[in-house]
Amino acid sequence: MRKLPGASDNLTAYTFLLPWLIGFFALTLGPMLGSLYLSLTKFNLLSPPSWIGFDNYVTIFTEDSTFTRSLAVTFTYVFLSVPLRLIFALGVAMALNKGIRALGIYRTVYYLPSLLGGSVAIAIVWRQLFEGTGVVNQLLARIGIEGPSWISHPDYVVYTIVTLSVWQFGSAMVIFLAGLKQIPADLYEASEVDGAGKVRQFFRITLPLLSPVIFFNLIMSIINSFQAFTPAFMIGDGRGGPLDATMFYTLYLYLKGFSYFDMGYASALAWIMLIIIAIFTAIVFVTSKYWVFYGDGKEGR
Amino acid sequence: MAMKRNLSRFGRHLFIITIGIGMLYPVLWLIASSFKPNTMIFTDTSLWPAKFTLDNYINGWRGLNGVSFGKFFMNSALISVMSVLGNVITCSLAAFAFGRLEFRFKKLWFALMLVTIMLPYHVTLVPQYMIYNEFQWINTYFPLILPKWLAHDSFFILLMVQFIRGIPRELDESATIDGCNSRQIYWRIMLPLLVPALITTAIFTFIWSWDDFFSQMIYLSDIRLFTVQLGIRSLFDPSGQSDWGALLAMSALSLLPITAIFLIFQRYFLEGIATTGLK
Repeated sequence: MRKLPGASDNLTAYTFLLPWLIGFFALTLGPMLGSLYLSLTKFNLLSPPSWIGFDNYVTIFTEDSTFTRSLAVTFTYVFLSVPLRLIFALGVAMALNKGIRALGIYRTVYYLPSLLGGSVAIAIVWRQLFEGTGVVNQLLARIGIEGPSWISHPDYVVYTIVTLSVWQFGSAMVIFLAGLKQIPADLYEASEVDGAGKVRQFFRITLPLLSPVIFFNLIMSIINSFQAFTPAFMIGDGRGGPLDATMFYTLYLYLKGFSYFDMGYASALAWIMLIIIAIFTAIVFVTSKYWVFYGDGKEGR
Repeated sequence: MAMKRNLSRFGRHLFIITIGIGMLYPVLWLIASSFKPNTMIFTDTSLWPAKFTLDNYINGWRGLNGVSFGKFFMNSALISVMSVLGNVITCSLAAFAFGRLEFRFKKLWFALMLVTIMLPYHVTLVPQYMIYNEFQWINTYFPLILPKWLAHDSFFILLMVQFIRGIPRELDESATIDGCNSRQIYWRIMLPLLVPALITTAIFTFIWSWDDFFSQMIYLSDIRLFTVQLGIRSLFDPSGQSDWGALLAMSALSLLPITAIFLIFQRYFLEGIATTGLK
């Protein structure tokens, strides 16, 4: 017996929703429209914004070589760190899922980096470990490899930041582990009777049944990776160097907005970033119907 | 056959343990180095300090320009605790409305809420800064705390909505029959049952606020207001001449609260992550 919502019900519900509604308008929708407007102006916070139409966007796409480089660095980072992190997460989750003593301890140990990795402290540690004479190169030297200067060489520093991201595979792993537990064991038993090997089981049972989890992890990883800031800021020199090799997109946006106070330009950069992330998310969503498998045939997430 | 199985089990354990050591190594390196004399940090690579000293902690704790690291820790704790309270209260209010109440435009608001989860915050950054600047809130903690009191982290609303959907409706129905109104149902039935989700929210909010270097850097420049993250950043000189011992000691300390909270609440924590994404 469900009654239709009356006026008083609406009032109650909106009271509960009020803080969120205020936040939505004052901190999200309003500022979004505001930054769209600002992106069409020249604005330095001190004097009122002056309308310049699409000039910011034109400059960004035609003259701004730092923009192009920051986009390249960010794409390199996203395309390397997202798949690597997910592959690691899945591999370790599968190894742990086979039944192991003290699973809890391993889960804790693997999860810890995801917890600490975003801090300034760990970024500093990373910088020291990978430095020219740091531990990584000392280890490499022991097996006869002369490592490059991972931090100060523009060709390598982005890979150093990628390793920091891959190191944090634990959060994705925990989600995979929960997903793996949902797969009924009799599926594996039945397929074994039918003569399927481990590889075939992986591609025919594990991957399809895990695809909703992979989908979720993929979306969240892509969105988060595009917004990475602290590692680039701390492992690089904080201004994008050496040679713009740590000029992550968010860092460039920050420098433009809060170092040069070119806030109209920074807003334009932010909107371009939003569109790029939206495109990637849309691609994953659209292609998901070909590779994400919802076993019970019910509605998806 | 049995031997082959044993061998593969051994291999798997070796794989898991090796990766485990790799995972912990950077953290162990940090802890070990923080107890080494400054001159030995980069020459002595062993994880057990050949010479053990507490000087780094003493030097580091002195902080910057007469403001000690104790102050930074208090500031960070204040921001994190206020953020936790805000998120727990306002997100649960919104989640109760979305999860249990019927109202006009519910679908629209819910859809908008989902979209905001995926929105990069940079796209609202500059206008938000202008608003806070207008209120003269730069160099205060309002820009860091206020959003949490307006349920700005929609991610947690979704987490709680999912959780509320799993709570049997019979409970609220029988409470309604007993004469409870919505407020009482929220307070007496939902909140107690939501506790695991609230704890997950609290832990994540604490950690994310603790680590939120970007916002802290943008809004705080007065050294007395500095957080732990900003304090470490100021001890660190990218061009080379830092007091590495002090820097690493304070870095190690900065990770302590987060790690402690994680270890105490990890049951909620790991289950929280596992259930957020799905269902």
